[in-house]
Amino acid sequence: MRPVYMVSGGVSKFAKARPDATFQKMVKEAFDYALGDIPRLKPDMIDGSVGSYFSDHFTRQLMAGIMATDYLGLCPKPNKRIEGGGATGGLCFQSAWESVASGRMNCCVAFGFETMSRVQTWKGNEFIAHASDTNFDYPVGGFYSGYYAMMVNRHIHEFGTTVEQMAMVSVKNHRNACYNPYAQKQKQLTVREVRDSEMVAYPLTLLDICVMSDGAAVCILADEETAFRLTDKPVRITGVGTGTDMMRMADRPHGKVILAPNEKESDYRNVKYPGVHSFRAGRSAGIQAYRMAGIKDPLREIDFIELHDAYTSSEIQTYEDLALCRYGEGGTFVEQGHPFLPRIDYGLNLKKKGTIPVNPSGGLIACGHPVGATGLMQAVFAFWQIQGSIRKHFGSGELQLKKANRGLIHSHAGTGTYVTVSILEKGW
Amino acid sequence: MAKKRIGSTKPTLHGRKTKIEEVTTGATVYNVPFPKDLSTLKGMSPIVIRHPYSVEYIHSYGQDSPFFAGIANGKLLGTRCGPCRYTYATPRLHCANCGGETDWTELPLAGRVHTFTTCYYGSEEFLKETPFHLILVEFDGVDTLLLARLIGVEGPEEIRIGMKVKAKFRRNSQLKPTDMYFVPA
Repeated sequence: MRPVYMVSGGVSKFAKARPDATFQKMVKEAFDYALGDIPRLKPDMIDGSVGSYFSDHFTRQLMAGIMATDYLGLCPKPNKRIEGGGATGGLCFQSAWESVASGRMNCCVAFGFETMSRVQTWKGNEFIAHASDTNFDYPVGGFYSGYYAMMVNRHIHEFGTTVEQMAMVSVKNHRNACYNPYAQKQKQLTVREVRDSEMVAYPLTLLDICVMSDGAAVCILADEETAFRLTDKPVRITGVGTGTDMMRMADRPHGKVILAPNEKESDYRNVKYPGVHSFRAGRSAGIQAYRMAGIKDPLREIDFIELHDAYTSSEIQTYEDLALCRYGEGGTFVEQGHPFLPRIDYGLNLKKKGTIPVNPSGGLIACGHPVGATGLMQAVFAFWQIQGSIRKHFGSGELQLKKANRGLIHSHAGTGTYVTVSILEKGW
Repeated sequence: MAKKRIGSTKPTLHGRKTKIEEVTTGATVYNVPFPKDLSTLKGMSPIVIRHPYSVEYIHSYGQDSPFFAGIANGKLLGTRCGPCRYTYATPRLHCANCGGETDWTELPLAGRVHTFTTCYYGSEEFLKETPFHLILVEFDGVDTLLLARLIGVEGPEEIRIGMKVKAKFRRNSQLKPTDMYFVPA
C-alpha cells in the first residue's frame, strides 16, 4: 500500500434548510473551496471520485451520486456511491484512501452531502428509523433517539454515568461552535439549560441530540508525489479502521471486552460486553487504526479528536470505545474536563481541562448532521487543525490547538452498526 | 403533519413554544413574477413545490414469519441454535455465532427490563402514540434481548432496570410485532 495524503478540503455552510441550492450545487460550493485552497491542482490531475449520501428517501433522487459527479465536471472518470448510514462520510473518506493506497488513482475526490430539509422533521425521523430492522425494531420503536436513550440508560445503570455529565458534552460542543462559522448552532449553554430543554426520549433532551441539516463536504486525497506537488502542508492518513456490529442491538453479545493496547483483562472483571451500553464496532475500528498508525496509548499519542456525537451520550460512550479512558469512566472523563479546549471559558469548574480536545469544531451536536457530509466534514476540520490553518478558514483562531500534529476522526452509523476511525498526521 | 408538542408546563428555552403551528399545505399559484432583465435571475428566491409521495409495499416477513404467527396465537417464539445452543429472543433462522440453522422455541412469558426509555417524540408514523415506553426484555436461559412496548406505567420514573414484566397479546392480531407487549408483573 502507498502512503496517502489529504491535500485539501471544503465544507458548505451547514444549515437547517438550503432551498436555494440542489445537492449538486452544495457539493460544488465545497469542491470549489477545496480547489481554491490548492491552486496548483488542475482538473486533469484528478483521476476520479467517490460520493456519499445516506438516504434516497431524503434525496428523492436515485443515482444522485452521478448527478453531483457530472455537476463537478468529473465525468467520464470513475465514481461510485458509498453508503453506510451515519458512517457514510467516514466510509467514503476511507474508500478514497483505498483508491489512492491501491495505486488505482493518484488523486481522488471524496464528496458527500445530504438534503434533509426536504421533508418535515418527523418524516425525517421516520426515514432515519428505517435504518433499523423493519421486521422487529422499526414497527415497535421507530425512533433513533429512543434507541440511544435505551443504550444510555443501561450505561447509567452499569457505570453510574449522570445526565449532568452528558449535558457537559452539550455545553462543550455548542460553546466550541461559537467560533466555527460553518456550524449550524452556536450557543452558550449551562448544564441546567440542557437538562431543562424539552425531553425527547428519557433521559435525552433536545439539547442532547444533533439536528438535521442540509450540507456538503469535500476532501481531496493524493499519493505522496502528487501531494507534495500540490501543497507544502499535506496531511498523511496513517491509520484506518472499520468496525461493524449487528443491526439489532437486542442481538449484541454480552461477553468479554475487546482489549485496547493500553488495557488488560483484569480491568473488566464485571463488564458484559458490548451489551447495549458500548459500541463494539467503535472499539474494533479504533484498534485497527491504532495498530496501523502505531499508537499504543491513545490519550497521550493523539492531540485531538473529531468524533460522531449524534448524542451527548454517544460521545461519552465513544471516549471509552476509543480507549481514552476505561469502559465506565466516560462520564468522569468529561466531568474532569479532559475533552474540553484549554483556552475556552465554558462557565464550568474543570480540574483537568484540555488533555485531549474532543470535537473542537462543535461536533454534530452544534455543526449539524447532514449525514453523507458529516464524516467528511470531520476530516476537513481535522485537516485544517493539523495544517494550523483554522484562523484562515474560520476567520478566527480561537479553536486552533497549539499542538495538533495528530488527530483522529470517527464516523458512526446506526446503533453502532458501522464505525470508521481514521488517523490524520502532519505530513511535512 | 403538524409538529407535536408535549404537554409540559415548565418554561422552555428559546421561546420554542410561542409560535404558530407550521403547516405544509402550501398554496395554488397561477402566476410567477418574472423580471425583464435576465441578469437579475440569480438573485431570485427558490421555487419550492409540494410533492406528495406514497407507496404501498408488499412486505414479506420471510423466514421470520412464524414469530408473527406465534404472537397472533398468544405464543412468544424465539430460536435456538442446534449446534451451539445459543438462544435468540429476537428470532433469526441462522446463528450469528456458528452459522448453524436454528430451531423455533417458545420463550418464557415473563422477563425483566434490561433497559428502557419513554419517547415523547417519534417518527411521523408513531407521533400520535407518544408518549410511549420502550423496553429491551431479558429472559432466563436466553442469550439475546427483545424490543417491546411497556404498557401500564405513567412515566420513566415508574420503570426500573431489573423490573419484572410479563408478556400480553392483542386479541385482534395486526400482524405487527406490537401484537405482543409487556406489562409490569
